[in-house]
Amino acid sequence: MAISSPERRVWWNEPVERLELIWIAVALLWGLFMFFFMIAWHFIGGQNLSSEAYRVVPSAYQEKVDAFAEKYTVGDESGTPIVRPPAGVDVYLLGRLWQWWPVLQLEKGQSYRLHLSSVDWQHGFSLQPTNINIQVHPGYEHIITLTPTEAGEFGIICNEFCGIGHHTMTGKIIVVDSKAEAK
Amino acid sequence: MTTFEGVVAATRGRTANFRTCQFTGLKVDIAAQRLIIANAVAAVVFLAIGGLMGLMVALTRWPAVHLLPAEWFYLILTAHGANVLLYWIIFFEIAVLYFASAVLLNSRLAAPKLGWLGFILMVAGAVITNVAVLQGESTVMFTSYPPMMARPHFYLGIILFAVGALIGCGLFFATLMIARAERTYEGSIPLVTFGALTAAIIAVFTLVSGAIILIPTMLWSMGLIRDIDPLMYKLVWWAMGHSSQQINVSAHVSVWYMIAALLLGAKPLSEKVSRGAFFLYILFLQLASAHHLLAEPGISSEWKIVNTSYMMYLAVLGSMIHGLTVPGSIEAAQRRNGFNRGVFEWLRKAPWGNPAFAGMFLSLVMFGFIGGISGVVLGTEQLNVLMHNTIYVPGHFHGTVVAGTTLAFMAGTYLVLPLIFQRDIIWPRLARIQPYLFGLGAAGISMFMMGAGTLGVARRHWDINFTDAVIGFQHSPGAFLMMGMNGISAILAALGGILYVLIVVGTALFGKKIVAGHKMTFPLHSSANVVSKYGSEGHIKLPGTIVLVTIFFLSFVLYYFVNWKYLSDLWLFR
Ligand code: HEM
Ligand SMILES: [Cu+2]
Ligand SMILES: [Cu+2]
Repeated sequence: MAISSPERRVWWNEPVERLELIWIAVALLWGLFMFFFMIAWHFIGGQNLSSEAYRVVPSAYQEKVDAFAEKYTVGDESGTPIVRPPAGVDVYLLGRLWQWWPVLQLEKGQSYRLHLSSVDWQHGFSLQPTNINIQVHPGYEHIITLTPTEAGEFGIICNEFCGIGHHTMTGKIIVVDSKAEAK
Repeated sequence: MTTFEGVVAATRGRTANFRTCQFTGLKVDIAAQRLIIANAVAAVVFLAIGGLMGLMVALTRWPAVHLLPAEWFYLILTAHGANVLLYWIIFFEIAVLYFASAVLLNSRLAAPKLGWLGFILMVAGAVITNVAVLQGESTVMFTSYPPMMARPHFYLGIILFAVGALIGCGLFFATLMIARAERTYEGSIPLVTFGALTAAIIAVFTLVSGAIILIPTMLWSMGLIRDIDPLMYKLVWWAMGHSSQQINVSAHVSVWYMIAALLLGAKPLSEKVSRGAFFLYILFLQLASAHHLLAEPGISSEWKIVNTSYMMYLAVLGSMIHGLTVPGSIEAAQRRNGFNRGVFEWLRKAPWGNPAFAGMFLSLVMFGFIGGISGVVLGTEQLNVLMHNTIYVPGHFHGTVVAGTTLAFMAGTYLVLPLIFQRDIIWPRLARIQPYLFGLGAAGISMFMMGAGTLGVARRHWDINFTDAVIGFQHSPGAFLMMGMNGISAILAALGGILYVLIVVGTALFGKKIVAGHKMTFPLHSSANVVSKYGSEGHIKLPGTIVLVTIFFLSFVLYYFVNWKYLSDLWLFR
C-alpha cells in the first residue's frame, strides 16, 4: 500500500504499465504544445504585453503627465480633464489614490504608445468591460502600444488593493470612430 | 554523514513510549501523537476563525447583502487570507509531517520538545499577526505589497510562524534519519512519506524565501531601511507564496494516497511513476513566482514563458500523473475487492457514505477540473491579461486550496480522529454529508468567482457599484448574478465548515474512547478484502480511469482554447 514500504526494494526497476506511459506521453506533449503556443502567439497573435519599461521617479512622471494633459485637453468630465492626443503620439495615464488621470479620448483603429505608472502605491489598470488587466507600479514606467478596436466609453477600474478608497478608483477611456463620425 | 549520526545521537537520550495501533498494527510514539493532536487542533481553530471571515467577506461581496463597511471588509479580508492560507493549512501540514514520519515509519519522533517549541512559535506568530490586523493599521492584505506598509509586528508574527514551521520540518527530517538508523522499516520509505518528504523539502525553500523578504520588510516598517522595491518584493514574496502552494499539493496528494490505501487497500500502480511525479514537483516548482509577474512592467517574455510554465509544464505533468494514478489505484483496488462489473461499478460501489472517501474523491476531481485547469490558463503568459487581479484569481485558488487541499485535509481528519485521537466520530450521519455540503459550496465559490472575474469584477474590492467614485462605472447584470450566487455558495461552504469544526471538536472532547478490541466499521471501510500485499499494482485493466482522464483532458483542451478565443477579441496591444 501507499502507506507501507514498496514490496520490492528495487522499485525503480519495475516495469511501468502501458496506460501510465501513454498518459505521461499525452501530458508531456500537451505541456510542450502549451509552451510553444505562448511563443507562437508572439508571432501570430495581436495581444502580447510589452516588456518595455523604465525606472522613473514618481514626481518626474507626474510632470510628464501634467505636460501631456495641458497640451491636449479638450474637455472636462466631473473635474477630470478629457485629453485627446493626435493618433500615434505618446499617451500618459497616471494611477494615484484614488483615480486614473486623465480621461483619455482615443481613436478607433489608431495605435498609441500608452505610458502607465503610479505616483504612490501599486494599482491595477483594469479596462472594462473589455477586460485588459495590467499591474501598475510606482517607480516603473510601462509602455504599451495600444490599438482600440471598438468605439464607445470604457471604464478603467482599479483591481490592485490600494487602501480604503480602492473601490472608488476609476477612470475612463473614450474611443471615437472618426470615420463613422465623418459620414 | 556526520550530521546524520549527529542527529541520531543527539536525540538518543529519550526513551519513547509507544502504543500499538489496533487497526493498522503500527507503533505509535505517544509524544508524536500528542504533537499531531495539538497541531491538528490548532489548525481547526484557525479554520473556524478564518472560515467565518471568508463567509463575511463573501456576504459583503454579495451586492444585495453588502454586509461589512469598507474598512472592516478590507481588514477582515486581510485576516481571512492569513488565517486560512497560512495558519489552517500549515498547522495541518505539520501534523501530516509528524504522522508520515513517526507513525508510518514505526519510529520515535525526534526531539519532541523542539516540536513543542515550534508549535508555540507558530501559535504566538499567528496570534501576533492577528492582533496586528485587528488593531487596524495593518490592512495590507496577507500579501503585504510595498509600498503599502503594515505595522512591524504584522511581519514579525509571520516570521515567527515561519520559524516555528521550519522547526517542524527539521523534526520531520530528523525523524526520517532516526527511523533509517534504527531500521524501523524495511527498504524504501512508503509513498505517502515520500510525498510528505517532497512537501517538507519545498517547505524549507519556501520558508527561507519568506524570511528573506519579510525580515527586510519588517525593518523597513520600523524605519531602518529606506526602500523596498515593489517588483523585487513580489518576486521573492511569491517564491514563498506560490511555492508554498506546492507544499499543499504535495501534502494533499499524499493524503489522497493515504486515504485510498487505508480505506480500500489501494497501492500505487507503479511506485516509480508516482514517486517520479512527486520528484517533478521538487525539480520544477521553484520558478513559481513568475506567474504572479505576468502583468508586471519590464519583465522579458522569455523569462516569463520559461518560468510560468515551470520549464515546459513539467510540474503540471507531475499533477496530471497523479490525476491518473490516484483514481487508477482506486479502480485497481476496487476491482481486486470484487467490484469488477462494467466500466464504473468500482466507482458506483465505492464507499461514498464514508466521509473520508467522499471528501478525498471530491477533492481529487475538483482540484483537477476546477483548480488545475484554471491555474494553467491563468498562468499562461498572454491569457493572464484577461484575468490578472480580477476575482477570477480567488476563484481559481479556492478551487485548488479550498476544494482541493482543505477538503482533502478534512477527509483525512476522519481517519485521524479514530487512529490518533482514538475516538469514535460523534454524529456519523452528519459526518456523512459534511464533505458533500462543503464540497458543493467550495465548488460554487470557486466557479462563480471565476465567472465574475471573466466579466471583469475586481478582486479585493468592496463596491461593485462604484457608488462613491467620481467617474461611475456599471458592471453587467451577469456580474451581479455571479456575485450573488457566490454568496449563496459561501453559505453552503460555511455550513459545511461549521459542521466539520463541530464534529472534530465534539469528537475530540466527547467521542467514545476507542479501546482495545473495539470493532471499527466507521469510518474505516469495512470491506474484508482491504488488506493487500503492498508494492506496485501491476497488470490490470482500468477502463474507468481511462474514461475519467479522457474527459479531463478534453475539458482542459477545450477551456484552454476558449480563453485564447476571448483573448483574440481584445484590443490589440504589444
Ligand atoms: C467558508 C469558506 C470560504 C469562503 C466563503 C471564502 C470566500 C472568500 C472570498 C469571497 C474571498 C474574497 C475575494 C476578494 O474579494 O478578493 C476570499 C479570499 C481568499 N480566500 Fe477564501 N473563502 C473560504 C475559505 C477559504 C479557505 C479554506 C482558504 C485557504 C485554505 C481560503 C483562502 C483565501 C485567500 C488566500 C484569499 C485571498 C485574500 C486576499 O485577496 O488577500 N479561503 N475567500
Ligand atoms: Cu488603485
Ligand atoms: Cu486599487
